[in-house]
Amino acid sequence: MENNRILDIENLVVRFETDDGIVRAVNGLSLQLEKGHSIGLVGETGAGKTTTALSILRLVPDPPGVVECEKLSLDGRDIISMPIKELEQIRGKDVSMIFQDPMTALNPVFTVGEQIAESIFLHEDVSRAEATRRAIDMLELVGIPGERANEYPHQFSGGMKQRVVIAIALACHPKLLIADEPTTALDVTIQAQMLDLIRSLREKYSTSLIMITHDLGIVAEICDEVAVMYAGSIIEKGTLEDVFNRTKHPYTEGLFNSIPNLNDRKAMLTPIQGFTPDPTDLPSGCAFWPRCPYACEVCKKEQKDIRISDTHYVRCSRYEEKDFRINRKEIS
Amino acid sequence: MARKKKKAEVSGQKQYKKRSIAAEVWRNYKKNPSAMIALVLVVIIVFVAIFAQFFYDFKKDIVKQHIKEKFQKPSAEHWFGTDNYGRDVFTRVIYGTKYSLSVGVVAVAISCIVGVTLGLIAGYYGGFIEDLILRFCEVFTGIPSILMGVALMTAFGQSIGVLMLAIGLVYAPMYCRTTRAAVLPVRDQEYIEAARVAGVGDLGIMFNHVLPNALSPIIVQVTMGVASAILCASGLSFLGLGVPIPMPEWGAMLSEGREFMRDYMYLTIFPGLAIMITVLSFNLMGDGLRDALDPKLKQ
Repeated sequence: MENNRILDIENLVVRFETDDGIVRAVNGLSLQLEKGHSIGLVGETGAGKTTTALSILRLVPDPPGVVECEKLSLDGRDIISMPIKELEQIRGKDVSMIFQDPMTALNPVFTVGEQIAESIFLHEDVSRAEATRRAIDMLELVGIPGERANEYPHQFSGGMKQRVVIAIALACHPKLLIADEPTTALDVTIQAQMLDLIRSLREKYSTSLIMITHDLGIVAEICDEVAVMYAGSIIEKGTLEDVFNRTKHPYTEGLFNSIPNLNDRKAMLTPIQGFTPDPTDLPSGCAFWPRCPYACEVCKKEQKDIRISDTHYVRCSRYEEKDFRINRKEIS
Repeated sequence: MARKKKKAEVSGQKQYKKRSIAAEVWRNYKKNPSAMIALVLVVIIVFVAIFAQFFYDFKKDIVKQHIKEKFQKPSAEHWFGTDNYGRDVFTRVIYGTKYSLSVGVVAVAISCIVGVTLGLIAGYYGGFIEDLILRFCEVFTGIPSILMGVALMTAFGQSIGVLMLAIGLVYAPMYCRTTRAAVLPVRDQEYIEAARVAGVGDLGIMFNHVLPNALSPIIVQVTMGVASAILCASGLSFLGLGVPIPMPEWGAMLSEGREFMRDYMYLTIFPGLAIMITVLSFNLMGDGLRDALDPKLKQ
């Protein structure tokens, strides 16, 4: 069981100690991911999704960032105590990342071929020529003609740049791929292409995937599991069916209610009231209580992880009450 | 090889032309006539500096005195006239290009290596290291360059090597600050983060990813820097602290000619013109490069 986990995070805390106060970006996050599985990390802007991803690579800027956790292991190896040299070998080789904005994620002074080859050259014992050859193969794999390897990023369109970014990320066949909102900067038709591409390449190399997004549709498309984040912790986690059809947490319910309904175009959206809490000044107890329609006195003091089933758990104290239900109907 | 084979395979399809940044810059540079003239002059000056030594013999043509022929006016035989020892001024000016230019280039290389490295470290790491380096630079820039040069030359003795080193050190803080300023916006770009994610180490990121993107202001500074280094070297030689006599350095020739300026002004005019043209060419070239590299002017 242990060995089958690509990623094991136990009680991760990340805070940024700035002059204006301590920003609590991630608060007690635990996450396990089986090999070959994919998980969607969903949440609003500022929920700590990207910070979590950067902690896995130990790339949280320090100072001001402080990372603490009970356990952070990648494929059975402890990341926290690992020396920098080893970390640099793991980055790009075992774990790699796709960035949100392909316009800025490529270095403007190198050709795309050079950029893909660099990653291969760094991590694998191959000659420059061999690395270049494999870079061209990689380009063709993501659907770009190989002879364009000699071109610079500014000669590519946004969608093609994102293909290049994906090629770089997968060049060394990583065990874990972190996609940080890979489709946010692209238009919808290209989004679908990118998701297809990521899915097919993932199947080809049996890569595990963490998909960071705020788009529930993308999660439904590509992930096995979903973790919903709010104010730096996971408030509900389960399989796709668990979270989509048997929604438990009031915040997840709020997210689903904020999606326009195509069948009833005149229906008003019911957004979640209020704003995400200020991470320098989080509310006591459950961070969601000031916005939660079901909040009661208990919520202001504490939050509890309640296990619904083997795969599904929710962080909401109200589920201690036997007959507590949220309004959203379960779909079976 | 593998790449060529791949290319051959896809021949027949449309070949995309590689349009590098250098080509782009050249395209912009060509549009600037004064910069083009400057470039031609710089090429000629460099050519002269390299090849003059093959046409003239140092002992026979440059330093050998012909007292009988002293103070001759410019003529067909002696284009720029002869000096107080009867040496041909034209030959000496031409031959002197080597000294002025090599001092300029080597001095700039020294200040570039020192300054760019420090600036890169300061800009990339930030924090305490940055403060330390910047304060150090400020102390150095506070001292006038000629004064600093004079101090270093008197401390380490008079030779061309020391002159190069002195000028190099004097201008290093300027490169440090230019580099740091150019590094700051690049450091926080996403592709730097991406390089870190790909497992590139700090040194690799600094020199392979940050530096190429911060290069344009440094290139401009270098071209302009050659001009100011030549001027500084000539100034020091004029004060008798630069290139030792009897080497035909332009500043030293000015200094020698100064005594006879009232009667034989061509002794100072020609070396002065040489300095002026060289410095002007490098400065105009720097201007042109800056315009060509400036993304704001790109259409």
